[in-house]
Amino acid sequence: MNIHEYQAKEIFKRYGVPTPNGYVAFSVDEAVQNAQKLGGSIWVVKAQIHAGGRGLGGGVKLARSLEEVKDLATEILGMTLVTHQTGPAGKLVQKVYIEEGVDIADELYLGVVLDRAKEMPILMASREGGMEIEKVAAATPEKIIKVAVDPFIGFQAFHGRELAFGLGLAKEEIGNFIKFAAALYKVYMENDAEMIEINPLVKTKSGNFVALDGKMGFDDNALYRHPEIEAMRDLSEENAAEREAAQYGLSYIKLDGNVGCMVNGAGLAMGTMDTINYVGGSPANFLDVGGGANAQTVAKGFEIILQDKNVKSIFVNIFGGIVRCDRIANGILEATKLVDVHVPVVVRLDGTNAKEAAEILRNANIKNIITATDLGDGAKKAVAAANGGTL
Amino acid sequence: MSILVNKDTKVIVQGFTGKEGSFHAEQCITYGTKIVGGVTPNKGGTTHLDKPVFNTVSEAVNATGATVSMVFVPPSFVADAVMEAADAGIELAVIITEGAPVRDMQAAKAYAVKKGMKTIGPNCPGIITAEECKIGIMPGMIFKKGNVGLISKSGTLTYEGANQVCNEGFGITTAVGIGGDPIIGLSYKQLLPMFEADPETEAIVMIGEIGGDLEIQAAAFIKEHISKPVVAFIAGQTAPKGKRMGHAGAIVSGSAGTAAEKMAALEAAGVHVVKSPAEIGKKVAEVLKK
Repeated sequence: MNIHEYQAKEIFKRYGVPTPNGYVAFSVDEAVQNAQKLGGSIWVVKAQIHAGGRGLGGGVKLARSLEEVKDLATEILGMTLVTHQTGPAGKLVQKVYIEEGVDIADELYLGVVLDRAKEMPILMASREGGMEIEKVAAATPEKIIKVAVDPFIGFQAFHGRELAFGLGLAKEEIGNFIKFAAALYKVYMENDAEMIEINPLVKTKSGNFVALDGKMGFDDNALYRHPEIEAMRDLSEENAAEREAAQYGLSYIKLDGNVGCMVNGAGLAMGTMDTINYVGGSPANFLDVGGGANAQTVAKGFEIILQDKNVKSIFVNIFGGIVRCDRIANGILEATKLVDVHVPVVVRLDGTNAKEAAEILRNANIKNIITATDLGDGAKKAVAAANGGTL
Repeated sequence: MSILVNKDTKVIVQGFTGKEGSFHAEQCITYGTKIVGGVTPNKGGTTHLDKPVFNTVSEAVNATGATVSMVFVPPSFVADAVMEAADAGIELAVIITEGAPVRDMQAAKAYAVKKGMKTIGPNCPGIITAEECKIGIMPGMIFKKGNVGLISKSGTLTYEGANQVCNEGFGITTAVGIGGDPIIGLSYKQLLPMFEADPETEAIVMIGEIGGDLEIQAAAFIKEHISKPVVAFIAGQTAPKGKRMGHAGAIVSGSAGTAAEKMAALEAAGVHVVKSPAEIGKKVAEVLKK
């Protein structure tokens, strides 16, 4: 789960990670009130969406008067912001963050993520603040300083020194930086974060460090022990179909092709998409119905797949293990009564009681249902059906 | 022969009396696995499925001589259960539970390594030595005895791969589902040399997916140390970047962990890489008939 910048900064503040002062606003009036509350003569108006690259997309702007705050809030609230992370459709901006201006001496980068190979969290720092860290990593990997922290010992001052000297900080700045990094590590561990990114991390003219931006993602499996973070979930930032699917225990991701897929197991679901591609077709989605595929989940799966108007056929690919295929076959038949499935459905059931299942589907004699003998056969038939070819 | 487990392996079940634990323990017993007891705190001294129940893993190990534990406890208790098993001298913990927090697994695995306990999973189907010992939730009947070892991050692709191998007239020595979480126990790099050393295994199937770099590490290892033919499939060639594909660890972050990158590394290491899981069985037949 991801949260907004303003929410990440609320968490930062609780741990003593310095951030500029600011308030979130849901309307233009509120934006102006927030600027008044903050005082000063320079404010930053920042679109709050779950995507990076907001500045380049025109979602972050500087205001030098309350009048300008009003104009910019009017412009940004309600705009559809397109960045390299939103996709071409962009995202609707429904809230802005009004933040005090900061005197910037230098822009750095600091992040915390899990290093899967080391099986430990790592802190990553770079002098190239404001740049996309992946571009820096690809072009100039030597400019990224990485320090792994063994959770059994926690963050020590030497971790901080390695980062600080790597960044070439001045003697009098090092103490402040170590404190900043130690606090950020604590934020990461205590909140079961999956990643934290501060880009840019600003060094002020007085040698202090301030998180000018803040991005946080969390381990979904650990949300149960962080109700206050779960409460920060912004449903409007999540894909509606994916969210609906999740409510029914289905894992769905929309793609651009025309062959819908319904599969049990995430690996086989990806493998099915890959096979459709391999035989010359294009998958319309990833859909894992999980271990307990029954009439209700299959019906819901059909419904969600068919919301996508590009879908011209559906490939149901189930490897029945503990769940018997004959029961799944009956579930599919029942599901077709619950949902109007108007495209051809290719069904491949393998594993326990597969023969009985094929018999059930054949006897049902539904014109839309085509049976397949194995994964390759099913993928070919589904692609042919989507392209209107002969079966 | 086989790797890690066989017909003599003594197994206890942590989370024995729960719904999932009971159902799958019973299936394992039917398959022939030597389940010698289980652990459920506060139910010690009772019997379940005709096997003794203990309050602690250490009691269970002392009383039964079990060396392997199959873990079915709920996600929030997984780290505790795994660390208890490590502390009690269990040699291998097979963690079936799905949904354990990453931070918990990080600590549990580090402690297991320190204690010399191997782990498989979490969020995996388990391990099976065909027609001898099943420790997990896989459908036992598709694994016919044979000469192919199998390592897979995905449960259903394990079944798909094993089924195809058996349909081609071959069979399985041992199949290990290693799971698709960001932090897992035994991986390709530890399991490949076990299959290399197993005289009955003549070919190895490895099934990977997007995310992380375990397959890349495996490719480097295969090039140096594995002489048996390896057939590989990497799931997620058509997966979009930045999206988590079901498994917690199956995500392409930035440009790292793509299927293309993993397939290229494996091919360069002399592995027989197939582009669709539908080709696994045929490819195995082809390399074994050479």
